[in-house]
Amino acid sequence: MNRRISNLFVVTTIALLALIGMTTYWQVWARGSLEARQANVRMVYRDLAIDRGSIATADGIVLAESKPGKLDGRTVYTRTYPEGGLAAQLVGYSNLLAGRSGLERSLDPELSGSTGDLAGIQNAFDRMKGDTVRGDDVILRLSAAGQQAAMDELERLHARGSVVVMDPSTGGLLVMASTPTYNPNTGLEQALSDPASPLLNRATQGLYPPGSTFKVVTAASALDNEAVTVDQQFPGPACIQTGGQDLCNFRNHAYGPHDFGYALVHSINTTFAKVGLTLGQEKLEATMKDFGFFKRFPWDYPPEQTLPSGIFNRRGNLVPFDTPVDVARLAIGQERLLATPLQMAEVAVAVANGGQIVAPQPVQEVRAPDGSVVRRPQPVYLGRAMTTETAATLRQLMKDVVDDGTGTAANVAGLDVAGKTGTAETGRDGKNDAWFIGFAPAEAPRYAFAVLVENTDGTGGDIAAPIAASVLRALTEPAS
Amino acid sequence: MITERGILDLPSRNRELGLIGLAVLITTAGFAAVQLARAQEFSSSPLVAALLFAVAYFVAHAVVRVALPDADPYVLPITAVLTAIGLIEIYRISPQLARDQGIWMLLGLALFVGVVIAFRDIRRLEELKYTCGALAVVLLVLTITLGASVNGARLWIRIGGLQIQPGEFAKILLVIFLAGYLRERREVLAAPTRRILGVGIPALRHALPLLLLCGISLVLLVAMNDLGTSLLFYVIALSMIYIATGRLLYVGAGLGIFALGALGAVQLTSHVQSRIEGWLDPWAVEQTSGYQIAQSIYTIADGGVLGAGFGRGLILNSGGSTIIPFAQTDFIYSVIANEMGLVGAIAVVLLYLLLAWRGFRIATTADDGFSKLLAAGLATAVAFQVFVIVGGVIRLLPLTGLTLPFVSYGGSSVTANFAIAGLLLCISQRANRERPL
Repeated sequence: MNRRISNLFVVTTIALLALIGMTTYWQVWARGSLEARQANVRMVYRDLAIDRGSIATADGIVLAESKPGKLDGRTVYTRTYPEGGLAAQLVGYSNLLAGRSGLERSLDPELSGSTGDLAGIQNAFDRMKGDTVRGDDVILRLSAAGQQAAMDELERLHARGSVVVMDPSTGGLLVMASTPTYNPNTGLEQALSDPASPLLNRATQGLYPPGSTFKVVTAASALDNEAVTVDQQFPGPACIQTGGQDLCNFRNHAYGPHDFGYALVHSINTTFAKVGLTLGQEKLEATMKDFGFFKRFPWDYPPEQTLPSGIFNRRGNLVPFDTPVDVARLAIGQERLLATPLQMAEVAVAVANGGQIVAPQPVQEVRAPDGSVVRRPQPVYLGRAMTTETAATLRQLMKDVVDDGTGTAANVAGLDVAGKTGTAETGRDGKNDAWFIGFAPAEAPRYAFAVLVENTDGTGGDIAAPIAASVLRALTEPAS
Repeated sequence: MITERGILDLPSRNRELGLIGLAVLITTAGFAAVQLARAQEFSSSPLVAALLFAVAYFVAHAVVRVALPDADPYVLPITAVLTAIGLIEIYRISPQLARDQGIWMLLGLALFVGVVIAFRDIRRLEELKYTCGALAVVLLVLTITLGASVNGARLWIRIGGLQIQPGEFAKILLVIFLAGYLRERREVLAAPTRRILGVGIPALRHALPLLLLCGISLVLLVAMNDLGTSLLFYVIALSMIYIATGRLLYVGAGLGIFALGALGAVQLTSHVQSRIEGWLDPWAVEQTSGYQIAQSIYTIADGGVLGAGFGRGLILNSGGSTIIPFAQTDFIYSVIANEMGLVGAIAVVLLYLLLAWRGFRIATTADDGFSKLLAAGLATAVAFQVFVIVGGVIRLLPLTGLTLPFVSYGGSSVTANFAIAGLLLCISQRANRERPL
């Protein structure tokens, strides 16, 4: 019997060693691939152990912070957004189920303390030990007052739209509003499937025909390339023939003989079409490139949430430079030209900043948990879009637009505002995309902006210009 | 014999005492570690619990010292370490459950002492073999008729506020019956009286009780809706038949019949079917029938080689319940693998291997057939139960609801396993009496 008992012990030993083998497989070999599995909530819980840094505006309003709680005896943090939908698209979200977007995504290494430097390596060790990792705090250039005014104005109209305001000399992003918005604390799941796309940052991901605001780019190109002079005279017919079709002024308005400057102030399509034809597609597109068209702006924001502006084909793809287009229509902002509000704000920055464009800069400074400054970004100049002289010429003309042209509604008492209106027909029920771009104060600009309202009955001058005025008022008013 | 040698002059017992002391140290350190990791939540002192543990084990040791001076010195310390690991991890899941488990441990040690005193002479048990067999059948019939279905399987009966798992006790009674029955009939079973198709077949009247047993196991499988318990009973019986008769044919035929029965059960019952589904591809049914096993594997993998540490793993969700359902019973091994790592998990499996080794060694040193069969049967019962439940939570086998002996939360399981430990010591006392270690 003893021999059989020994045999049975051998079988038992093999069975129990098989348990050790399989356990080793899971804990050593399969460990990495199991951690990478989406459904493995344990990894999500690991992320919860990070005390993510806060995000606040320059005027001290906290937009995102982490609140401590308890899970299985350890401290975990949940992300909350005290201001709800105020800057929901810019700030983005950091969510267990939906992932990350916006600044929460692009600034994640700093917010979560997982940068590649010494502090990041120290944090990686803390994380392995199960200790709480504290991320860096971010202070934005954003003005909560200006942002609030922009959101209020857009929401008052129940409009889908966007407002972007930048400091033209540094690129500092003072306002980036997009409506409709959503509450990232409670409404994220619903927003993901909302047909109104509240998650879309219309300032950087919304592509709209820029209409007459684009005439600033055409004018810069034509003046710099000496295709026209400011006081060159033009006749003012209601329509001209180009590309086998009529190209007409807004509301088929006929003008008397006028100079080029007057054509910009009063947004005369026929004159700009002629100038465009003289200038030619190659030179105009070269200038567009200098203004930042055809590529994504390089800035502290997820590239996939920053769309390039340019000329799109019928399938919605950006076409290459040399693709033949009707340059007369391109010169007045048509011909399937689409631009983001951020791009048009950069056009305003170029004029306001003496021809230089500068990358948008959302961050004022990044602070370590001990309060020391980790990073204070410097302006990133992206090159010259036009000569200083041309910029000075356009600055005066754009001031005339607000003083006695199409943009008088943008007037703000005590502040010289300069701008350019745009009313792009959407081709749907007589609706327009209404634009107003500009800067203030005209002589020493501190604000360069673009306002867009989607699908409205009114014009850029009626709808968009007053929004710009309200936001500028909020930005210049001393904090109450 | 105590008169011949002083009660303090027993090498086996002194070794046992030293090892129990070690187990007490592990318990104290483990409780302290959990307390430190989770200090903000618990107030009751773990040292009191450790002290109670120590006192209970020293009393059990003292009884063994007097009653079974020559018994195996390793069995009791092994149960101490396993029980301690179980208590620590259950304490980590819920102090309330740990308190209950502590009471079960005390009851288990009381049963152990009772067994040691009652069956100091193991031959007394042999006379009770038919009583045990009948009792086993009664317990199983009670389970099937009065049993409540928990988690799909019908393994429990409720008496007052208590939930009892009669299968745990029936298992031991079955081993006692088989040991007695097979010792009596092993010659006639091994020597066939007829040959059919060249294969020797024993007389029907000798084999009938065994065939009946096979039938009962298969009926249990369907009635209890649990593959694990019936497989356990079946494998115990086949192992003991093999030891008694040496005929692999019986084992092969028995396994074949069981496999057919199991296949039928899979077709018939959705419970077993979903268990198989969750085993074959848990990732495809991760949110439904594969949930437990998927969470179990995540938990095990998360532990890595060295583990998260006592009380430092992620076991509970934000609601305070365990992420893996039934973590304190069926999935306690996953919790151990998480907090103690691969090192701890291997240590636990090796402790069972060590326990099985002592059991089989007691069987080989024993000089009568009943003792040999009983010891080998009990060792097989413990080892195979470990294989089935651990194999289930690490996806080596389909998952079945068995407890991890001495470690899992549960009164029936803990007390029954202490009875097994008591029986093993009684057998080894008789075996070692003539040939001391």
